[in-house]
Parts: sequence; structure tokens; C-alpha cells
Amino acid sequence: MMVTINSALKATVCVACVFATPAANAQAPALTDAAGSYRITSPSSIQFSIGQVGGGGGIAGNFAKFSGGFRIDGANIERSSVEFTLYPESVRARERRIEDFLRSSAVFDAANFQTVTFRSTSVRQTGPDTATVEGALTARGKTRKERFAVTLTDWDRRSISFTIRGSIRRSPYGMDVGTPIYSNVVQFDMKITGRRR
Amino acid sequence: MLRNSETGFGLVTIVLHWTIALLIFALVLSGFVMQRVEIDPAPQFTLYQWHKSFGFTALGLALLRATWWLVEHNPSPLPSLCPLERRASRVTHDTLTVLAIAVPLAGWAVASTSTLDIPSFYFNVMVIPHLPLAKSEASEDFWTSVHALLAYVTLALAAIHAAAALYHHFMRRDAVLTRMLGSGAPSSGMGVRGAQKRNDTVVGRK
Repeated sequence: MMVTINSALKATVCVACVFATPAANAQAPALTDAAGSYRITSPSSIQFSIGQVGGGGGIAGNFAKFSGGFRIDGANIERSSVEFTLYPESVRARERRIEDFLRSSAVFDAANFQTVTFRSTSVRQTGPDTATVEGALTARGKTRKERFAVTLTDWDRRSISFTIRGSIRRSPYGMDVGTPIYSNVVQFDMKITGRRR
Repeated sequence: MLRNSETGFGLVTIVLHWTIALLIFALVLSGFVMQRVEIDPAPQFTLYQWHKSFGFTALGLALLRATWWLVEHNPSPLPSLCPLERRASRVTHDTLTVLAIAVPLAGWAVASTSTLDIPSFYFNVMVIPHLPLAKSEASEDFWTSVHALLAYVTLALAAIHAAAALYHHFMRRDAVLTRMLGSGAPSSGMGVRGAQKRNDTVVGRK
């Protein structure tokens, strides 16, 4: 969820960047063209991975169910915003035992905390098609400031797509089970498409 | 002191015996607890990792114990044991020595064949590589059964072993148990003979 929100924010930033330097990306829309409200739709995806000691595959998976939206401010990209909700119950991993463990009280505690949410607090353009989105990530009842890097990947009049990446430390959310065998840092890799409302 | 004598066990044998005994007891207990479905998954995960670390420790000590058993002179069985008891105790001791190695090896095979592919991070200090076995659900299930079965056999034999030791100590009042306790064992074994010798001496003087 966090990742998605960040993606949206980054997407917003990207749009702004493109507007500033149109040559950077042939597909980059003018900010005024991209301005508007978007709903996150398919084909969006939220993937995550956690490294393990001694190398090897670690834990990787994705979330099948999430929702959210973002607003690109045509006048000031930095006033754009993103909101995202992710449902940990929908986590998918390479086998059922891992999914059950991730849903359990050891990690997401999906029975007591049905959602993970991200609400942006600031958007900063970092390049022609990149941005940084900061916001409040809430998981397991704990809220912390997190940051995601957003890159614009595609755009047309009806939709806009971003990749959003971020590294989240899981221990502050009470999800440090398995450390140090499994890394405390979760890598998020999201591909987010927003369709104009 | 460190080495075995003709009649008693040395410190190396005694320390290895009781350390391995304690580890086996703790490992069987944790093995029971960690498989219970109602346990919270976070402590359960941690318990599995402790079980693996202590299991590898048991394997190392059991290998040391078996090597010591082979290269070191072993005290003779107490003269009070009848031939059947000697054979039974010999078979039990040999089997326990082998099982103390086989059970953790089978546990290592479980960790190695599991599709979960969880690294064995020995006391969070060093990674112990998996055995070169193919990972599959069937293989993991097979080794889990072998591990459990061998552990149950070990538990049963250890119970018989302990019961026999207590029987010898309390009913037969011989040195079978005390000589594995260090101070009591060799001296008590020697004690009987020493007492006899002293008596002989006394008689002789008379």
C-alpha cells in the first residue's frame, strides 16, 4: 500500500518534471494536461522482496488487492497528493505456508489490522520524470514517515503510469520476526497505473 | 582425570554424556512445543531457529562423543552385571550413540529439503549450508517423518537407559549410575575393591 501511494506521488512528480523539461521524455505530458484526479486501476502491481542471510531467494511476493488514487496539481506539482490502501489478507507468495505466515500475528496481523495505508504529505520533483513522495505509512496500528521514489513510465490522455520504489524497515511496525535471518528492510517495487476519474 | 580409567569414566566422557543428555531433552521438548498449531507464529519461528542451532550443537557433540567412544579406552562393565545385562546395555549405548548423530542429521535434512528454504543461521553467527538434497514437499515430509520417528526411538531408549541406571542405583545399589556422575563412580567402583583389599590386609595382619 505504501508503495502504491508513493508511486502515485512519484507519478505526480514525474508529470511535473516532464512539464518542466518536455525533451526528457517523449511521452511526458504537460503538467496542465496531466493535472487531475486519478484512480489506481489494473494493470497495477505491488511487489516486495526481503533478502536473506547468505544470499538465496529470500521472501518475495505481491499484494493482489489494493486501491487508491492520486491528484496531480496542475498549478503546483508539490501540492499533488496520493492516498493508498493495501489489504494484507491478499498477500501472495511462492507457497501457502509463507502467505499464512505473512497474514498471521507474526507479520501483518491481518485479522486485527485489515489495511495498510499511505497518505502523502509532500511531493518533490527530482528530475524530468522522477519525484520523491513522502507520507505517512500506517501498518499494524503504527504510523511512520516513509519515502518512495517515483518514475513516470507511460502516459496518455486517460491514464498515467509510474514505477514506485522504496525500502521500508519493518521493525518499527512490529514486524521484525525472522531478523536477522531475513533482512529488516523490505524492498517495494510497484507499477502503478492511474485512470482519470 | 580427563580420560577414562579401567573402572571409571573420565571428565571428557562425563561432560559429553550429560551435555548431550541435556540437549536431547531440551530438543525433544522444544520439538513437541514448536509443532503445536496453537502457538503464536512469531515465537514459533524463533523456537524453530533455536531448535536448529541447538540441534547442530548436539550433532557436533555427538560426533565428538562417538569418536571419543571409538578411540578412548572404555571402562569394563561392572562385574555385577550378568551377560544379558552387558549385551543389552552395550546395544542400548551403541544405538544411542548412533541416534544422537542420526536424529540431528535427519533434522538437517528437513531444513535442507524444505521448500521454505530457511537458512540455518547458527546462533545468528554463521550460516550452516543445506545438505545437497533436492527440495520438494515430498522430500521435506519424508525427512520430517524420519526425524520425528528417530527422535521418538531416542526418547524411548533414553528413558530405558535412565530407568536402568536408576534401577542399578536404587535397587541393585551398584556403581552403574554413580560412575557416570564423576566423583562417585570411579571411587565407588574402586571403593568396593579397596575395601576388600583393606579387609584382606587386616585379615593378613591378623
